Amino acid sequence: MKIRANLLIGGFLFAAVVIAGSLAPWLAHTDPVMDADLLYAEEPPGAAFWFGTDAQGRDIYSRVLYGARISLTVGIISQLINTVIGACLGVSAGYWGGWWDDFVSGLTNMMLAIPSLIFALAIMAILNPGLTSLLIALGLTNWSFTCRLARASTLSLKSQGYVQAAKVLGYSDVRIMLTQLLPNMLGPIIVIGTLGMGGAVLAEAALSFLGLGIRPPFPSWGSMLSDARDQITTAPWISIFPGLAIFVTVLGLNLLGDGLRDILDPQSRSRRA
Amino acid sequence: MTDTSNDTILKVENLAVHFPVGRGLLGGSRRFVHAVDGVDLELKRGECFGLVGESGCGKSTLALSILGLQAPTRGRVVVDGHEVGTAGRDRKTRARITQMVFQDPYSSLNPRQTVRRTLETPLRLHGITAKSEIDGRIGDMLARVGLRPEAAERYPHEFSGGQRQRIGIARALILEPKIVVLDEPVSALDVSIRAQIINLLLELKETLGLSYIMISHDLGVVEHMSDRVAVMYLGRIVESGPWNTIFTQPGHPYTRALIAAIPDPFKRSSGTKITGEIPNPLSPPTGCGFHPRCPEARDICRTPPAPALENRGGEHHVRCRRVDEIAIPDGLATAVG
Amino acid sequence: MTGQALLEVEGLRIDLSVNGRRYPAVQDVSFSIRRGETFGLVGESGCGKSITALALIGLLRNPLSIAGGSIRFDGQELRDLSPGGMRKLRGSRISMIFQEPMTALNPLSPVGRQIAEMFVLHKGANWREAERQAVEALARVRVPAPERRVKDFPHQLSGGMRQRVMIAMALVCGPDLLLADEPTTALDVTVQAEILDLIRELSAAQGTAVFMISHDLGLIANMCQNVGVMYAGRLVEQRAADSIFLAPRHPYTQGLLASLPLLGARSKFGRKKLKEIEGVVPPVVAFPTGCRFNPRCHAATDLCRAEDPVVTPLPDSGLVRCHYHD
Repeated sequence: MKIRANLLIGGFLFAAVVIAGSLAPWLAHTDPVMDADLLYAEEPPGAAFWFGTDAQGRDIYSRVLYGARISLTVGIISQLINTVIGACLGVSAGYWGGWWDDFVSGLTNMMLAIPSLIFALAIMAILNPGLTSLLIALGLTNWSFTCRLARASTLSLKSQGYVQAAKVLGYSDVRIMLTQLLPNMLGPIIVIGTLGMGGAVLAEAALSFLGLGIRPPFPSWGSMLSDARDQITTAPWISIFPGLAIFVTVLGLNLLGDGLRDILDPQSRSRRA
Repeated sequence: MTDTSNDTILKVENLAVHFPVGRGLLGGSRRFVHAVDGVDLELKRGECFGLVGESGCGKSTLALSILGLQAPTRGRVVVDGHEVGTAGRDRKTRARITQMVFQDPYSSLNPRQTVRRTLETPLRLHGITAKSEIDGRIGDMLARVGLRPEAAERYPHEFSGGQRQRIGIARALILEPKIVVLDEPVSALDVSIRAQIINLLLELKETLGLSYIMISHDLGVVEHMSDRVAVMYLGRIVESGPWNTIFTQPGHPYTRALIAAIPDPFKRSSGTKITGEIPNPLSPPTGCGFHPRCPEARDICRTPPAPALENRGGEHHVRCRRVDEIAIPDGLATAVG
Repeated sequence: MTGQALLEVEGLRIDLSVNGRRYPAVQDVSFSIRRGETFGLVGESGCGKSITALALIGLLRNPLSIAGGSIRFDGQELRDLSPGGMRKLRGSRISMIFQEPMTALNPLSPVGRQIAEMFVLHKGANWREAERQAVEALARVRVPAPERRVKDFPHQLSGGMRQRVMIAMALVCGPDLLLADEPTTALDVTVQAEILDLIRELSAAQGTAVFMISHDLGLIANMCQNVGVMYAGRLVEQRAADSIFLAPRHPYTQGLLASLPLLGARSKFGRKKLKEIEGVVPPVVAFPTGCRFNPRCHAATDLCRAEDPVVTPLPDSGLVRCHYHD
């Protein structure tokens, strides 16, 4: 079987970011928050400071590494929350139908009509900025695609013989959803989840950039970009490297999502069988 | 109808299932399709009851009601002396009595579960949790349906259509039910495989003392397997009786047409045929539902009410006003027999 | 055989390529059909009967291709024909009807227009004339109220009506050869009987040769003069329809007949256990060596496992491919 290039490149980029984030304490040269030294402010990239330093003289390389931890934490956990909410609502709405389906479909359409970033902004404005608030804000606002997918898959799967058979065998509705329906739509849900993770990384950056996410001095790629605004012409490296990190992470996740779609697609699976 | 005697395992009484079609605009009245419209039937212990009819005649809806998957609009289903409902708590009780074998062996097995998982989960669900007993039952069941014990560890896509149908039969029998609904059990299989499954089903019926309700459009299979047969048209039984009466002395013109429609390999020309198609069930014909296609129809057939299902002696019932006038032509009886 | 053959297929071989390897999906298939004759091909799924029909009408697509043999239609070799020449033949002199008419009809166009298009395309009629002829074409296949039905879309018609529309389209140009691939499998039995009658009558009235495919032996024997039985890409027996039922010679044909619960058999002979054919239908990539039926044959010997049997003529002008045909 051919392993697709997008899966390989995406997997490599994402793995690199994960490794960089998890090994940050060992890979980093300095402490990302405490080691400010104005003597070395706005140093260009070189042997001592690989990515240069920022206006406070902090090592950008170290801060980008630690930033990966925040971006990945936010991306993975918030998307997990989204996936669980979306799958539960979608499968139950598709399976039970009736007023519950009407309600869930209405809610989904509403969520789709409001840009999720605006929604997250509103939530962040109410809550105090910080990691937990970010997870709640991003985890509650981006489940509509998963929900739609889960509902549509359920509608087509529930007429399958094995779902009927499970009913005849006395399975409860919840058991049917968990053992007969969900495992058979896992592929597409994982794909949507991976793509959504890239979106969440971007959203975190945007919120932090606007000052509503991770508060300085903690290094989040978005807040680093925000800090770098004033030096964008004089010391472009301060914004280039966090920007590059966001770019690499999101690109990696999107390629990975596309690649997974190719192998998890039921049609390509039956071709191999 | 007489009281449920001891050898009756399933009784369907005046069962009707009506589906609403669309919602009238501006609160207009909703219309209903009468998918099943007043069906009575009795299944005896150890018998195979064949249910015959064309698509849309209501045979599948009737089967779903018997399994409790479709709530009846009217009437009731009594299984082994207890009325079955469709509520969740009844599901498990019913599962131990009534099971089903599906038509399509490809879509009726969960592609993500091994055969063992498919057979083990229902056992656990019904309180059998000892590993030794589960293994014993699974091994025994696989042997009964003609599969090797190693089959348990494999996934459905590793099996051929006929083997998958054997797995489907094993799943239906693992809870040791008394009644099995067979929904076109061989029509999706390769022709050379069908005999294996038909023989297996008949053998299991004898050894396990099962009762079957078999839905099929293949009259050859129905004749071979059934003890009694009912013919459905537009949600009603139009004729029922012992298999040999139905196949050699059919009383209803529709039954005769069904039999005549099977291509006879020894005769080039075709027998008496009916024309037209099943009417829209939203606006069924007045009087006898079959009159627009019936070669024997007269004015009396078009006037309401619909004819009743009348006993013709023995267990033979026919729903036709002109059944006496349209005596069975000898030619047909010999052509069939 | 005497009489002018309209279609002569000889030594047809169709290959399936999988990952660069070629497997013979159909091999050594020879038969001929005369004008006005109906030839039936019986076999199970995957035996190669449908791709044989597609080869006849030039519609084989990757990964399938004709790898040998000849197909002569009215004296002309179809394999020599350019794609353009084949296209001209298709629809006008050779046409085809399929199992599921819903997928073969355009769902977005009224059926009358789809029939009319055939007249415009192949007969050069103008649209108004073509629309009028479409009504007549529907009347010919006994669609009730054809002048109203022409405005219907495919989804508004029943399965039987859709198959009539397909037949009307196939017969627009008075083809010499009609290929019918399981034309009634998706239909109810009473509707099936009507469609079969229709094909029989139209073929008799217009002298159309019919090549019919089915898995239903009874249907084929009832409809056809000559029958070919296909197993794993090979014709194993070719007989007149009457004799194939009464005295089948190939173990596969015999097995099929003994395994079917034929209507009327139980009331005549009582319920007998059906004879089973052991094993499963082999996939194209795993056809056995020697006689392709040997792993499932009750009478197979070492000869059957080692050597491919040749086609042997029978006294009644039939053909059988079996080492032990007598």
